[in-house]
Amino acid sequence: MRKKLMLTALAPVLFALGAGNLGGDEFDQEDIDRWQEQFMQVVQEGRALWTDGTLGTNGVACAQCHPNAANTHPETYPKFQKQMGRVVDMWEMFNWCLQHPLEGEELAADDAKMIALIAYARHERRGVELEPGKH
Amino acid sequence: MTQSNRRKFIQRAASMAAVGTLPLTYVKLGRSEQSAEFSFAFLSDSHIQHIRGNEFVRNWDRGLIRAVAETNLLNPKPDFVIYGGDLAQLGTKPELDHGAELLSALKYDIYPILGEHDYYLDLGEYWSDIFKRPHYYSFDHKGVHFVMLNSILTYDEWTFERWPTAEQRMNEMAGLDNPNGSPFLVGDAQREWLKKDLAEVDKSTPIVVVSHSPLQKIYKGWNFWTDDAEQMQAILAPFDKVTVLYGHVHQIQYNQIGNISFTSAMATAWPWPYPGSYAQAEHYLPVLTVPMNRADPFFERDATGWQFVDVHTGRVAVHYNLYDNAVRTVAWNEDTGRPEDTVFQDPAARIPPQQHY
Repeated sequence: MRKKLMLTALAPVLFALGAGNLGGDEFDQEDIDRWQEQFMQVVQEGRALWTDGTLGTNGVACAQCHPNAANTHPETYPKFQKQMGRVVDMWEMFNWCLQHPLEGEELAADDAKMIALIAYARHERRGVELEPGKH
Repeated sequence: MTQSNRRKFIQRAASMAAVGTLPLTYVKLGRSEQSAEFSFAFLSDSHIQHIRGNEFVRNWDRGLIRAVAETNLLNPKPDFVIYGGDLAQLGTKPELDHGAELLSALKYDIYPILGEHDYYLDLGEYWSDIFKRPHYYSFDHKGVHFVMLNSILTYDEWTFERWPTAEQRMNEMAGLDNPNGSPFLVGDAQREWLKKDLAEVDKSTPIVVVSHSPLQKIYKGWNFWTDDAEQMQAILAPFDKVTVLYGHVHQIQYNQIGNISFTSAMATAWPWPYPGSYAQAEHYLPVLTVPMNRADPFFERDATGWQFVDVHTGRVAVHYNLYDNAVRTVAWNEDTGRPEDTVFQDPAARIPPQQHY
């Protein structure tokens, strides 16, 4: 942490000296670990929401129909949803579930809760090849 | 009943249903020297869920209401109804009362068993009060011996020591994918009871075992599993004709292990994914199973339903009554000696919605 603060403090000086590329595109294992930790924290928030009966209004949780986020197929979005009549992204399908089976309110695409739900579903689907559009 | 008669009565039942097609699964048992041909309905996994006051989750209520209505409209009438467990979601009195009230519209005798969602709040006490049934029992009907199990027990430490409150114990078991859950067991005491019960039964008598959990090991992560499955199969092995009907999995599954045929029930509430669609899972879905169609979430009753069971010659044909989809029939095939889908068993006959990924 001390190293990063020092680099941040020195950045204008280094840039002024013509050394602006130092620190900008270099990262080490410590950074990778920290970024992964940040991601997994959001995944855990997503898991908590996934099993939370208060996300909607009727006590139903995502995990009731989608244990381990199975059958959500994150690798296939965006794709054509015949009932919506157009190509949609995953957050739009999640909102459909929030409004119908969970009888709740939709979330904005960039709502921290929506990002956490998507992070959890994609994490459970890790390792599966991308197949956008697949039905 | 001939095929065309059966089709007619299903069509009549469907056309009489004011709400349209109801999801149902029906099973037919066949004739042997001792057993007459008869039928019963097999409903399971309604997960009646209390919200507050007198409010319950509408979607799950509708699934059970529809199955009860369709079952009542059957003509000719089934001899009785089997309920395969998980009537409630969290085992509370309001849920069990409301579920029993919906079931009380049935015009037939009901033989119910416990699911884990009925059990882990008060260990099945209130369930027994309202159904006036013990947790496990047997009965005979037209030459077939029925065994009704409580197969959702687990290890004593988990049940009696681990959790500070009964509510937490119920909640931990209610999450299908919750790693704090525990594998299902029939358990020593019930297996001893079963051995004694079956000691009185001739080896040629057809046996139908009704169990909430599969008495086989399919996927442990979601408790599509019974830890003492092999011991249970060994107890059933000496009998000529054994059929295990089970709930819990909310999807069509069937299998043959030795002399034992296994056939599952769909839920009236909601369908579950096949374990293979969880990318991190190691699972053993029976290769014999042709999956049901992938559910369309935009139709809330899609991939839910109930079973009509024909019994003849001591074997069963299970008819899965699906909303908006053709009826699926999984029937004993005398030539191959296993249950098979009467339309889709041949890989060349399968359709794209049966592909799960």
